[in-house]
Amino acid sequence: MSRLRQTAQRLLQGLGEGAILFLQALYWCKAAPRNLDKIVAHLLEFGNATLPIASLMALFIGGVLALQTGSRLAQFGIQNTIGGIVGLSMIKELGPVMTALLLAGRVGSAIAAELGAMNVYEEIDALKTLNINPVRYLVMPRLLAGLVATPALCMYVNVIGLVGGAFVSAVNPKIGVSVRLFRLNFQEVVEIGDLSDSVIKAVVFGVVVVITSCYVGLKTTGGPEEIGRSVTRAVVLSFMMIFVLNYLITRSLM
Amino acid sequence: MSARGLWRFLVGEAESSGADLGGPGAERELPGVRVEVQRLNKAFGDLQVLRNLDLAVEPGETFVIFGPSGCGKSVLLKHITGLLTPDAGRILVDGEDLGAEGPRRFRMAMVFQSSALFNSLSVGENVGLWLKEHRVCDAEAIARVVTEKLALVGLSGWERAMPAELSGGMKKRVSIARALAVTPNLILYDEPTAGLDPVLTEQIGKVVADLKRLRITSLVVTHDLNLGFAVGDRLGMVHEGRLVQVGTPAEIRATTNPVVRAFISTQTKILAEPGFLTKNP
Repeated sequence: MSRLRQTAQRLLQGLGEGAILFLQALYWCKAAPRNLDKIVAHLLEFGNATLPIASLMALFIGGVLALQTGSRLAQFGIQNTIGGIVGLSMIKELGPVMTALLLAGRVGSAIAAELGAMNVYEEIDALKTLNINPVRYLVMPRLLAGLVATPALCMYVNVIGLVGGAFVSAVNPKIGVSVRLFRLNFQEVVEIGDLSDSVIKAVVFGVVVVITSCYVGLKTTGGPEEIGRSVTRAVVLSFMMIFVLNYLITRSLM
Repeated sequence: MSARGLWRFLVGEAESSGADLGGPGAERELPGVRVEVQRLNKAFGDLQVLRNLDLAVEPGETFVIFGPSGCGKSVLLKHITGLLTPDAGRILVDGEDLGAEGPRRFRMAMVFQSSALFNSLSVGENVGLWLKEHRVCDAEAIARVVTEKLALVGLSGWERAMPAELSGGMKKRVSIARALAVTPNLILYDEPTAGLDPVLTEQIGKVVADLKRLRITSLVVTHDLNLGFAVGDRLGMVHEGRLVQVGTPAEIRATTNPVVRAFISTQTKILAEPGFLTKNP
């Protein structure tokens, strides 16, 4: 029982400290113009790390989605509705969630490792002694890069997923829905509001991944083996928060 | 908690602007500052690391703090830099309490045991980081300062190299150049020769000794007594969280304090007898 209480206490403390780190990073956004070079560098880094895998992942997720649903819909003769179903699934759920998971795995782990190593090798202390605020110098540029990169990447994943879905629907003889029909049904079913849901989720997930990874990295103490543990911790925590927040956001947007 | 304290808690440490701090070479009568540590106490859990530690370092003086590992030397330095907060006691720099809020009238810089260079930045960017981030001067002036400070530590022409390409001794020297770029009034060295071979140790010792002509107050933490005797105007030994002896190199060598004598004789034994450690595990 006391162990459970300690775990809950640690979790709440982590959430509180993470929220404070987020507020501090928001405060330091006032220094964004003079840190533009760092923000752009992180933006390119995020894109380089995720874009190729995101393309592959989205293409096949869209394809599998079309394959699974299309063949069932065909049994009832309503395969023409596949454009809307794949579209809604990609835009409202799979796009933002898969993008966030990918970001956590590729970018979040790199952030936690980099900041963790900086902490272990006294670089964060060196920043403080140079009177350079680590949140301004390290967290804020990554947060702003994440805020721009995640929705953009999410939209890209949505589009590629739809391309994959349309392609499989057209070429699979069991489904046999042309790209034009797929597009028409998609336009009929998916509304602008669905796209904004996707963006909202992506923005929240982007913040969660960057702040969680920065927080875990900055909390790393001890030797080099702790850096590895921090990477795992950052990814696992980001995944958990993405799943929980995904439900809460979906519920509140209904 | 005061409103200012709450604000500091929420947004973190404020950064002074370059203008507040003055440009490189901000004029003062004497570069060095007086450092006074009064009844400093610090515990980590049940472990009392510093016990009523008192220390006074005069402006322009190079003061060496020595003692065995784990006696609280580095913890003392971290208190002076503000990386740790004391449980009790205070630190005054030119009469200014470090625990008080507000802008400082002096600058300090620290040379870390691990050098703590930023691996993603080149040597030149590391040295000029403070100037760039505080917008003290333009890129051209920063390049001039970087060249000048690297020359001071004997690393002219290494601006474009990355930290990974440097030896341990070179990294330490870059770290010293980075500290000098702040134009500090107080410079803190945490084990500047730790992990270096005798040749590199001598090089770093020469750099630290050479920089004494700048009349910056220097606090050198080391367990290497040879370095201490070579660079220190005065030395102080920390034992069990207290300063047990302070004196000039000659006074320390001649001391009758049994704790200091024991430390000196251990070091002499290690240096005099190769293989001492393996023979006496």
